[in-house]
Amino acid sequence: MDLKTKALLKSIWVFHVSCGSCNNCDIEILDCLTPRFDLERFGIQLVGSVRHADALLITGAMNRKSVPRMKKIYAQAPKPCVVIAVGQCALSRHMFRYSYNVCEPLDKILPVDLYIPGCPPRPEAMIDGIVKLVNKVRGNK
Amino acid sequence: MSHNVIVPIGPYHPLLEEPELFQLHVEGEKVVDIDIIIGYSHRGIEQLAETKHLDQIPFLVERICGICSSSHPYTYVLAVEDILGGEKAVVPERALYIRTIIDELQRIHSHLLWLGLAGHFIGYNTVWMWAWKYREPVLDMFEMITGNRNNYAMFKVGGVRRDIKDEDVPVLKKALDELVPALDLFRGAVMDDPVIQARLKNVGILTKQQCIDWCVVGPTARASGVNIDVRRDEPYGAVDRLDWKVIIEKDGDVYAKTIVRILEMYESVRMIRQCLDKMPQGEIDAKVADIPAGEGIGRVEAPRGECFHYIKTDGTNRPVRLKVRAPSFMNVASDKVGAVGGTISDATITLAAVDPCYCCTERVAVINKPDNRKIMNGWDLIKMSQAKTNKIKEEMKQ
Repeated sequence: MDLKTKALLKSIWVFHVSCGSCNNCDIEILDCLTPRFDLERFGIQLVGSVRHADALLITGAMNRKSVPRMKKIYAQAPKPCVVIAVGQCALSRHMFRYSYNVCEPLDKILPVDLYIPGCPPRPEAMIDGIVKLVNKVRGNK
Repeated sequence: MSHNVIVPIGPYHPLLEEPELFQLHVEGEKVVDIDIIIGYSHRGIEQLAETKHLDQIPFLVERICGICSSSHPYTYVLAVEDILGGEKAVVPERALYIRTIIDELQRIHSHLLWLGLAGHFIGYNTVWMWAWKYREPVLDMFEMITGNRNNYAMFKVGGVRRDIKDEDVPVLKKALDELVPALDLFRGAVMDDPVIQARLKNVGILTKQQCIDWCVVGPTARASGVNIDVRRDEPYGAVDRLDWKVIIEKDGDVYAKTIVRILEMYESVRMIRQCLDKMPQGEIDAKVADIPAGEGIGRVEAPRGECFHYIKTDGTNRPVRLKVRAPSFMNVASDKVGAVGGTISDATITLAAVDPCYCCTERVAVINKPDNRKIMNGWDLIKMSQAKTNKIKEEMKQ
């Protein structure tokens, strides 16, 4: 593991992008930061700019207006950048699959590292997913 | 010299958990105009509804918005039951009470969520953390009744899907009792704090006449003295059998909107308590046969205001047309009078004060007007400066 990855795993700063979700996943992400779940004790923090982010949390079914913007945001993120798809919409477009405004699922557009299913996923599921990802990058089971 | 400085907020801005774009036109510190550009999370739900079975649509409209995820299915089933002769004619008595409990619990969770975000916007992160901390017991109550924290899937045409178990009732009552001291805490924090009063009073004022002109609904209108509430004007569920009152404030500023929402939570707690006491035993859903051809409307007081659905059926199992009008669609437009004239630092709390929900509001926006504005970035300014130098050089040569 090089120094950059090691530093990245110490405290993951996340940037949250909603690409046409129903708000539920976004609320549950914010919920992770509040006293009951309190992700900040692991050093995980929401940041204001994508240029400071180590991970992108993406929610929602990608629609025509958000796809070009999403690509732009990913291009601005410093690499290595972990892309996390939160919620069923980001994974498979859920029940909006046949909508005229919804394009491809997220993993056809960006390289997704972690899928968190659920509608919406529980905060525990998100924390569990991130812990699993960190363990995998560190190389321990 | 004419200024046309635009401060863009969004579409993917840390302040907003939903994607939308505000363009504040400013002169110095003062906001002179505001453009609201939506359409970033349009999913075409009205069209999708036409391809689905009438019993599948509650699950679809539930996902219009995550915060009011019981208002939309409730409004939809009211619209379908309107074709069948009205909610009271179709739905069993116990189901009416369960529907009201879910609807009012959702109001508490939504108002607490708003209170937290509003606290965050004005720099009171403690209020944010507290409000969301005390919101968790409400979500636990939801989980106990419906099995999920956010999407409840409780509403179906003719009743509800799950019953409230008798042994859960004392637990729910205890949780409500524990919620009231938390509400007292927030009421004290907002009413007694001179800083919050200085920050919120006389900010973003909507007068009563402006509210009527801009068709504002819900707590935003009630804070300006407009006496509207669908629960009283056209009762649904069990609300007409309960003792509660409509909260009205006169001032119309952000402070009044906060007070209205805090006091409404007390009323909701009272209503849920009465529902749990008065709830009769019996069936929770009626077997509904075919839905005949016809038109129906449903109106529900969502946490943000009146939610309206129109449905047209032709006797088959799919609707011909489903029209959704969410409360934020009316409220967001009132930012045009609320935020204009204030300063930029007050703009965020004024925009947030109507409790906007863009997932509800999203629709395809077609802009006909040609855009003549030019937004300058740093490079444009350098180019302008260099051009001026070149011009002076040319003049010096001559």
